Amino acid sequence: MEIKKGIGVSPGVVISTAVVLDAEDLVIPKRTIEPEQVPVESERLGHSIADAVVELTHLRDEITAKHGREIGGIFDFHLGILKDKTILKQLLDEIRNQLTTAEYAVSTVMRRYANKFLAMPDRYLAERVKDIHDIEKAILRSLVGQKRADLQHLDRDVVVIAHDLLPSQTAALDKMHVRGFATDVGGRTSHTAIVARAMSIPAVVGLGDITGLVSGGDLVVIDGTRGVVIVNPDAEQIEQHREYERTQLRLESELAMLKDLPAETKDGHVVSVQANIEFPYEIDDALLHGAQGIGLYRTEFLYLAAQHEPTEEDHFAAYQDALRRLNGRPLVIRTLDLGADKYSEEKGASGERNPFLGDRSIRMCLHDIPMFKRQLRAIMRATVLGDVRIMFPMISTIMELRQAKMVLNDVMEELEEEDLAFRRDLPIGIMVEVPSAALLANNFAKEVNFFSIGTNDLIQYTLAVDRTNERVAGLFCPAHPAVLQLIRDVIRAGARNSISVSVCGEMAGEPLYTLLLLGLGLNIFSMNGPDVPEVKKIIRSVTMDHARNVARKVMSFDSERQVMHYLREETRKIIPEVF
Amino acid sequence: MPTASRDIVVSNTLGLHARPAMQFVDLANQFESRVTVFKGGEEPAEADGKSVMQMIILAATEGTPLRIEAEGPDAETAVEKLAGLFESKFGEE
Repeated sequence: MEIKKGIGVSPGVVISTAVVLDAEDLVIPKRTIEPEQVPVESERLGHSIADAVVELTHLRDEITAKHGREIGGIFDFHLGILKDKTILKQLLDEIRNQLTTAEYAVSTVMRRYANKFLAMPDRYLAERVKDIHDIEKAILRSLVGQKRADLQHLDRDVVVIAHDLLPSQTAALDKMHVRGFATDVGGRTSHTAIVARAMSIPAVVGLGDITGLVSGGDLVVIDGTRGVVIVNPDAEQIEQHREYERTQLRLESELAMLKDLPAETKDGHVVSVQANIEFPYEIDDALLHGAQGIGLYRTEFLYLAAQHEPTEEDHFAAYQDALRRLNGRPLVIRTLDLGADKYSEEKGASGERNPFLGDRSIRMCLHDIPMFKRQLRAIMRATVLGDVRIMFPMISTIMELRQAKMVLNDVMEELEEEDLAFRRDLPIGIMVEVPSAALLANNFAKEVNFFSIGTNDLIQYTLAVDRTNERVAGLFCPAHPAVLQLIRDVIRAGARNSISVSVCGEMAGEPLYTLLLLGLGLNIFSMNGPDVPEVKKIIRSVTMDHARNVARKVMSFDSERQVMHYLREETRKIIPEVF
Repeated sequence: MPTASRDIVVSNTLGLHARPAMQFVDLANQFESRVTVFKGGEEPAEADGKSVMQMIILAATEGTPLRIEAEGPDAETAVEKLAGLFESKFGEE
């Protein structure tokens, strides 16, 4: 039994058997097995060698047919090695004596041989090291491939353990039977987290070395609510988590009944509970959970999904699809927000020394007006199809906002000249996620129709914490009094200038902060679809007076610990099931 | 159990590289006897004559003295045929 703490990125609890995934080019991690698994691993090894023989025989025959016996004969050596009984014996001994997986045995033994070849003075023989790598890969491909194939056609429920899930791997998952994820690396915005939330299954990331700890077939508890993974739990833990699972199911069915009820306090104060999405198809699920609109549509995925930059028509098609699904409900489209935290390894932010403070999001757009205009044109054209609102991300100076609005005006003129229909009065808003914008909220409020507070970035920029850096991630906390003051001031500035204020960061979907945000006077809570019912339930269980008192009290604290402790106590009084 | 052995010297230019090693092992595997090959010279070593990997790792280049030993009912024939491979330079040239 082993308990690991990570970052819970998708709530819920699941107990199931594990499947461990290896990426083809990764170093095969050392994973120990139980003695009773030795026959299983030995058999897997046997199968994979047989597969490799078939694969290489095919290859040899193909090459012989094309280039003649002499060249094709190269693979006879590969086949000779694969059929070498002394190597097979060494591999089996490695599994038995070291209690490792077949993959690890293959990579260790073959690496040992590779080193011997490299040390040979005869150049011709030293060259053979390439063949050894080839042979190793052929066996590993089969070993890993067995698992890949299994993931597409599962006959029972599993949880997937991986170093990090690759998009190609998640695409191939059998979504009916995959019940949870646990990964070595990743953060809240990692691919794994996003996929897990979209699938509404629990996930814990940033576990360090979970792939080294879990072997295929182990029983694993993934508790995405608490960010905990338990490997081979004991009977008591299993019972405890089964109980969690049952409570959760009960709670879910109870919450489902809230779906069509308004987010209204006991004394009649109405707010709006909305959802954040990456893809239009997520809208259906969000509405099922009771979202009243889309408070944040992250359009980055349009740029990331395709090989080329999306055309105006690509944009338009996506917006049209989203509006059709929303059927008159509001859609807040955030313009391109490609940035360091999400896609540093892909596009944008390349080669910057400090990408979080670099050429990202609105800055990037204002540096590439033709690209920016393509998106704006599509958004404007979509305004006649539904309730579209536009939102500029990462605004840090008033000039940036004015520039962005100017480009938008240009676009409107162009469309007018082309006789294309659009609504000139669409609401324009900004993300408040840089402290400078929060501090000047009163000025900004006079030039926009709404604010949306992006708490994730606001926290990171206010507290100077990169939360993907595990050594400092602990300092990242929405409850920090400095962050709370900024949020309070932005909400106040909004109220004073009669514009609506929403929070679209994770904070909005965390039940712990619902009372506080409500008491501060927040108008719109925008969160991941599955979080909607719980937040709505809290809102419907309190009076505004109560929430205001909680907020007042919270603002008098000077440490995040006090804040969190107090909020936990207060929230527990309302819905004890949550904590 | 009958045993037999023969001393030879690797005489083909490329030495006991992949293809000759394969030929040797294929032939060795046709006999019941256990076949062991000892390498003399500066870095003595031994190999299972039925394992391609071990044979190639001997790194027996041209001029290396080798001793082929067999133990089993057909030891004598095995040694004779296997030594023959070296004498024919594995059909090279």
